[in-house]
Amino acid sequence: MPDDLASSLHAGWLRCTQQGRRLELRCGGDWILAHATPLDRQLARLKPRDIDSVRILLDDLDRLDTAGAWLILRSARVLEQAGLKVELADVPERYAPLLDKIHVDCPAFAGFGKRKPVEVATHGYMAFAERVGRGFCHAMSQGARLLSFFGVVCQETATVIVHPSRLRLATFVTQIEQTGLNALPVLGLLTFLIGVVLAFQGASQLTHFGAEILTVNLVSIAVLRELGGMIAAISVAGRSGSAFTAEIGSMKVNQELDAMRAIGLNVIEVLVLPRVLGLMITLPLLTIFANAMGLLGGALMCDFALGIPIPQFLEQLRGVMGGWQPWLGVIKAPVFAFLISMVGCFEGLRVENNATSVGRLTTQSVVESIFLIIVADAIFSVIFSMMDI
Amino acid sequence: MVTLSPLPAQDPPGTDKTGPAISVKGLVTRLGDRVIHDHLDLEIRRGEVMGVVGGSGSGKSILLHTIIGLRRPAAGTIKILGHDTAHVSRKVGIWLRMRGGVLFQDGALFSSLTVSDNIQVPLREHTNLTPRLTREIAAVKLALVGLPLDTGAKYPSELSGGMRKRAGLARALALDPDILFLDEPTAGLDPISADGFDHLLRDLQSSLGLTVFMVTHDIDTLRMTTDRVSVLLEGRMITGTIDELRQDGHPWIQDYFNGARSRAALAI
Repeated sequence: MPDDLASSLHAGWLRCTQQGRRLELRCGGDWILAHATPLDRQLARLKPRDIDSVRILLDDLDRLDTAGAWLILRSARVLEQAGLKVELADVPERYAPLLDKIHVDCPAFAGFGKRKPVEVATHGYMAFAERVGRGFCHAMSQGARLLSFFGVVCQETATVIVHPSRLRLATFVTQIEQTGLNALPVLGLLTFLIGVVLAFQGASQLTHFGAEILTVNLVSIAVLRELGGMIAAISVAGRSGSAFTAEIGSMKVNQELDAMRAIGLNVIEVLVLPRVLGLMITLPLLTIFANAMGLLGGALMCDFALGIPIPQFLEQLRGVMGGWQPWLGVIKAPVFAFLISMVGCFEGLRVENNATSVGRLTTQSVVESIFLIIVADAIFSVIFSMMDI
Repeated sequence: MVTLSPLPAQDPPGTDKTGPAISVKGLVTRLGDRVIHDHLDLEIRRGEVMGVVGGSGSGKSILLHTIIGLRRPAAGTIKILGHDTAHVSRKVGIWLRMRGGVLFQDGALFSSLTVSDNIQVPLREHTNLTPRLTREIAAVKLALVGLPLDTGAKYPSELSGGMRKRAGLARALALDPDILFLDEPTAGLDPISADGFDHLLRDLQSSLGLTVFMVTHDIDTLRMTTDRVSVLLEGRMITGTIDELRQDGHPWIQDYFNGARSRAALAI
């Protein structure tokens, strides 16, 4: 016997016979989940006409599971609601308990699992206005919450300054290692390559004017004032800011934060301060390292490609590095560090009790901190230009 | 009529329809250097409720994870419905997983989905039912485990521990499995909820014809629901009815079944 024939013999079937004003539905074979789709379709085609009672015969059933039982009972209920007298007949004894257990409440089932939708305008000017309004309110409340978090962190920082023993030294040092030391290879490579690219691109333009030597000025000013600090801050936002959110967020999902509070630990003091203070120490150091690597890349490129030997590069560099120049990038670093760690911890503490929110808020924390870094950098530029440095 | 359903309508060849639902022979599992199961044998008959007890850290949960295939044994064979789990094709492997429903300790519901979507996950993955029928079957399962229908729209974090377990049970029952695996189903429930769960389990077991493999600590649950009990001791199993086990001379079994708590529970 071919395989499909064998399975068709076992598959659930439905036979209708009409006797006068009575319809007989004979269910047989396997009324199980695997056959539910064709049976459902067959039952949907059932359009009783000119009858006033239905008998559903079940003695030919080979197998019945909850899906099959549901189909039978739902059809019975639908026919009853059409004003017919419905009777289940010849129910095999072994299936009686199952049929008793199935609860039929068709209208309630139709809306099952649906949440009440929030009423929103979906098109036209109103929808646009509503989106803008919602976005604005969200941004405002987010800003207000961040500000209040900033206040709490400042308050705790003050406490730690008065009582230095309250600082969690072990966590603090671990944070410095993880956010600083472990970031060195990636950051070094990045800024080295930026220096190389900058020198090469700058030189190819400046040779037109016979001013190759100014490549040194270009590389050093770009790296020291902007690029070194920015690359360091952005890579730390991606590496460590996201880690802060994910760590604190998973702890929150796992109820560890509740446990801490119950034990009487201050969450801000234990989790947030070591991260904020640690990063405020490491990011300036990382910026100095990034600056050095950027200049190294630029110097090597000048030596290989432009024929400016390293001593001459250094000589030219000394001319550029007057006054504040070498420190402008480093000065900005603690502010960037503060923004990154604040946003990272803040978003971590906002995590709700499900896995998606960890991912969503981690993304949000990186996006927000990079945004804030760039805004802060622009503000610094304005301040520096007002101070003529 | 030929069904095109991805859910195999037919049991794959080699399926044992009458023999034991689960048979474990010579099972050895190790965690690092520690031997957890030392040539363990266990047989669970069709349609029986088997309780597995043992001290903390004796490897009950590891046994459950090994049987459902989350863990590879170091030695020994595990047969489910006559299929040796180590030597089945991918297709039969998936079929076996569909024939077994698992309730993990805290429900292990997907936290980002509503309860209704949680129950529908296995149905959507393994059947080609219409969305309407899928939703209806999910509602039937939810009603079957005794949860009100409006629970369907809630997220797991909005439920109590007892409701999460029931919702987890509804998901385990989604595909009408033959075998139900339960990991500490009544742990952490208040006595009334635990009693309710015991009744529910017994009720479902008889009406759906389930075979149940249950890891538990709860002596009341054992008395209320199980046909036989297996005690995991020093990496091996001692199996029998509760009355038989009470006659066993092993000191741990004596302490377990004839201790003050158990005597109170079994005296009723």
